[in-house]
Amino acid sequence: MTYFSTPDLPTLPDMKILVIEDDLDAASYLVKAFNEAGIVTDHASDGEIGYHLATENTYDVMVIDRLLPKRDGLSIVSALREKSIDTPVLILSALGQVDDRVTGLRAGGDDYLPKPYAFSELLARVEVLGRRKGTRDNDTVYRVADLELDRLAHEVHRAGQRITLQPREFRLLEYLMKHAGQVVTRTMLLENVWDYHFDPQTNVIDVHISRLRSKIEKGFDQALLRTVRGAGYILKADG
Amino acid sequence: MSRLRIALQTTAIRLSALYLGLFAICAIILVIYVTALFTSISNHQTRLLVEEELEVLGSFYRRGGVTMLIGHVDRRSREPGASLYTIAGRDGKIIGGNVQSLEAGVLDTEGWTERPFRYRRFYQPEGTPGHMALAEVIYLPNGMRLLVGRDLGEPTKFRSLVRDSLTMALGIMVLGALLIWFVVGRRALQRIDRMSVATQKIMAGDLGQRLPMGGSHDEFDRLSESLNVMLDRIQKLDEGLRQVSDNIAHDLKTPLTRLRNKAESALGDRENVDTYRDAMEEIIDESDQLIRTFNALLMISRVEAGSAAAEMSAVDLSQIAGDAEELYEPVAEEAGVTLSTRIDQDVVINGSRELIGQAISNLLDNAIKYACDGNANPAVAIVLERNSNETVLSVSDNGPGIPHAKTGEVVKRFYRLDESRTKPGTGLGLSLVKAIMGMHGGRLELAGNTERELSGLSARMVFVNT
Repeated sequence: MTYFSTPDLPTLPDMKILVIEDDLDAASYLVKAFNEAGIVTDHASDGEIGYHLATENTYDVMVIDRLLPKRDGLSIVSALREKSIDTPVLILSALGQVDDRVTGLRAGGDDYLPKPYAFSELLARVEVLGRRKGTRDNDTVYRVADLELDRLAHEVHRAGQRITLQPREFRLLEYLMKHAGQVVTRTMLLENVWDYHFDPQTNVIDVHISRLRSKIEKGFDQALLRTVRGAGYILKADG
Repeated sequence: MSRLRIALQTTAIRLSALYLGLFAICAIILVIYVTALFTSISNHQTRLLVEEELEVLGSFYRRGGVTMLIGHVDRRSREPGASLYTIAGRDGKIIGGNVQSLEAGVLDTEGWTERPFRYRRFYQPEGTPGHMALAEVIYLPNGMRLLVGRDLGEPTKFRSLVRDSLTMALGIMVLGALLIWFVVGRRALQRIDRMSVATQKIMAGDLGQRLPMGGSHDEFDRLSESLNVMLDRIQKLDEGLRQVSDNIAHDLKTPLTRLRNKAESALGDRENVDTYRDAMEEIIDESDQLIRTFNALLMISRVEAGSAAAEMSAVDLSQIAGDAEELYEPVAEEAGVTLSTRIDQDVVINGSRELIGQAISNLLDNAIKYACDGNANPAVAIVLERNSNETVLSVSDNGPGIPHAKTGEVVKRFYRLDESRTKPGTGLGLSLVKAIMGMHGGRLELAGNTERELSGLSARMVFVNT
């Protein structure tokens, strides 16, 4: 039994990703950790090889370090986008300047994670990016077990019972249901629901979650929203 | 010698030497001009006098001929302070008057002698040089020659007096200038020497050293003063840096040690997988806290470096304050803290939504944490007010507050009032808020027990209206 395949983490046998990272220690750790999480991982140690692999093969997600020998991460992303390769890209950055996120995303990146990061954070983000193909953006109603969220009517029902939510709670639940079955981290929630990219010191997100949880679970048998220790939350039907 | 060379290289001294030279040239020209002018004026005067006398003598000659002229000349010759009179024969031999001998050839040309000539009077002691004079020579119709002239002694004496006094004045001035030059130069040199000694000490590592001040508020003092202010700043930065690295070492060592101990004790317990898992989870939490600390440190230096300034745009501060209230309301409720707000609407400033949001979030973290400190009715208030000059966004609590003396300390990196560090937190929250306010051209004010919203700490983010 390894640390990353905890029972709570979903396995995704069909996902294949490319990691372009020049720090070999970090890279071998990432490859091992992704493999243990059930993700097939290719690794490139410099920008040229990375770009080559990215154009030759098909991946679900690419994780690209910003500072690379031979070719920097952002130029790889722009070049891929010019060739209409729209594989989701997560940019890793040690620079992590506040406006780095903006330049990273402008170059065509889909997500951005400054170093140092927790692997659980990276894993959660990669999984969300990998699942974006066949996205549920077009669905007007999300369903998980007997929980229903109507995005147009802004209504939530569970087992036919109407649940009243505050606007922010609605957006929180919407995000969780959109990524049902995937781990979402606290920072992902803060980014996507509140549009802030910092890391609050106290457990603000946890409290919002527990409030939401009591609204959607109180009086019902089945628990849907669960905490994944060291990672974040997952909303799913079974178990 | 080298000191003299240095003195010559001093700007002030170079300038004064230049001025001295120019002044000397002007003064010499002035002396020459004044004496020449004086000579020409006195010569002119002499000629007028001589001509007047000739006119009188002429009238005697016309009335009584040579006899009357000679008699008159004789009488005039004996008067005290008389002019020069000479009557000579056709051959140029002196036959009357008060002159014993004349420079050769003076009587040979009729008319005004253009240049002074030398002569001797009667009764003049032997051996003394003759006097100088200017005169007019007239040939009488019978071939005799008449010379009337004036001694140049008085005007010459006066002229040399003027020249001498001017020269002396000039000499005194040059001397004075040299003296001042020497004294000032020496003084400047000494002060420069003292400054170099001080700088060398500073370079050797004694950052507490300061440049000497003369107390005269001259240009040296002004320079020393600015340099000293700069040194103060450098020293402060240096101390800050040292303190930060000390603190980083300390604050990271503690959690790392904890981390290590946990891993070690988990290893010791060989039996139970669940123990392993728990230990691992604790280790992850601990690591997350470390990462959080690093991120906060990086964030502060980035904000302080000002690289985030490009991100600034018009942002709705009311909205940010409202969002913060909404974000923290459940936390406050869970902690039993009453969170109230008084927000002026539509307050728009130029800033970074992300950073201001983070700043309020840090302040709220603190406020909620400290409001609960042994308080029956903990309360926190968010207030946004726009005044005429300033926009103030404050977060106040009714906790124990901060002793006034500590308000400067708490914004330092890793400083924590809670010495035991039992409350969660990185000790970087307020440092970041301060850095963020600095980037926005505003400031962070920490007010103690005042008449503000609540009796504890009031952290005020003050933005200056543009």
